Amino acid sequence: MSHPQLDEHGRLQHLLSLDGLPREVLLQILDMAEPFLEVTEREVKKVPLLRGKSVFNLFFENSTRTRTTFEIAAKRLSADVINLNVSTSSTTKGESLLDTIDNLCAMNADMFIVRHAISGAPFLIARHLRERGREHIHVINAGDGRYAHPTQGLLDMYTIRHYKKDFSRLTVAIVGDVLHSRVARSEIAALTTLGVGELRVIGPKTLLPVGLEQFGARVFHDLRQGLRDVDVVMMLRLQNERMKGALLPSKEEYHQRFGLTAEKLALAKPDAIVMHPGPLNRGIEIDSAVADGPRSVILPQVTFGIAVRMAVMSLLAGQGAQA
Amino acid sequence: MNLLPEAEALHARLRERLAPDIDRFDALVGIHSGGVWLAERLQRELAPAKALGSIDISFYRDDLAQRGLGRSRVRASHIPFPVQDAKILLVDDVLYTGRTVRAAINELFDYGRPARVELAVLVDRGERELPICARYVAHTLPQPLPAGERLELARTEAGLFTLRTLRDEPPTTR
Repeated sequence: MSHPQLDEHGRLQHLLSLDGLPREVLLQILDMAEPFLEVTEREVKKVPLLRGKSVFNLFFENSTRTRTTFEIAAKRLSADVINLNVSTSSTTKGESLLDTIDNLCAMNADMFIVRHAISGAPFLIARHLRERGREHIHVINAGDGRYAHPTQGLLDMYTIRHYKKDFSRLTVAIVGDVLHSRVARSEIAALTTLGVGELRVIGPKTLLPVGLEQFGARVFHDLRQGLRDVDVVMMLRLQNERMKGALLPSKEEYHQRFGLTAEKLALAKPDAIVMHPGPLNRGIEIDSAVADGPRSVILPQVTFGIAVRMAVMSLLAGQGAQA
Repeated sequence: MNLLPEAEALHARLRERLAPDIDRFDALVGIHSGGVWLAERLQRELAPAKALGSIDISFYRDDLAQRGLGRSRVRASHIPFPVQDAKILLVDDVLYTGRTVRAAINELFDYGRPARVELAVLVDRGERELPICARYVAHTLPQPLPAGERLELARTEAGLFTLRTLRDEPPTTR
């Protein structure tokens, strides 16, 4: 089966989704991120790998952290970074999006980092580039609608591997608003590909999509039950801005039932780690005592995220190579 | 036709040539992979008190667009001493075009401004593409190897060195 993010030799041409991404490619990215982590600890946090390349940050939806980490990653690879925060207020029709792309291609772009509220927008761009014979330009999905946020999924896998090594022995719980979460989708795809021992998904019925069992996930509607003996707790942000209709009684009740408190975390394994993609809703899905506590790896996730994004960009930029 | 000399003998010769000068250096830095093995042994045998570092030049290559990164595993560089004002001996197994050494020097300078950098190699196979030469050489090949052939150091499980040639993957822009 041909996947739009792989070229005819099965190499990564774009990073659009972790769904269907071969295990070897996933591991290759995680392996490659390690030496980049060392670069970010140096006095001069920069290597000349992408010197002279133009990386466009195309954010059709607001995001400070993701855009910043992509920008830092690109700059630490010596690329030139151009940030375009395209307003979301106007109706972003497919046509005007592709017009934007054509214009940026005319400015000799080498890579697009795309965040868009509509699922599939980065796929559309990748297909458009192919149709225009511009396969040498790479697209990285920085989050599209509810569909995917592959670099977040990768940095989460990097974090788990860093602290826990072997996925097959782990019980991992994803907690919260899975329905609206592209992060959760990417995490589930990656965890499945990497052969996680047990995958649990915990949340209120109204915030879990149907059919999670197909992915081998065990579904819980009670946080206390779901957390018992897990190795990794992956919290999701309660997506207020994505919430339409009355899916929740109140934030207070959500916190009471699904907020991660020190008392609930005590049910997990003693050495369990707590992750969160940020930004945190303190006092809603996670208590400060947990977020700032000894089990939290939320800030290391941010640091690893830069190394993982450097790895992805380098891998894509090196794919002009002959097979 | 080049007969490959015996790597252990070459190592002994390099060590011998280096021994009188070793105190001119503060640190040894090996270039991955062969250079790291060599630097480790030279340090152990000649100057166990001196700092030892390793460099993987993958992020400093000048041919990313042609070759990509994903072929072999990239390791983290490890420079556990202040490069600023240090006298550094770079160590590699084979000196060829000079591009690897160029990349390693660039990388070193991102850690600081060394007082001096010199180069020791096991084999010089000639055909430089950059103005780089090694101060300490155990063996110089009398004739060039075919362009598509890669020469590199290998290490047995017992830790003994051998030299081997491999067919390079095309294109040979290394």
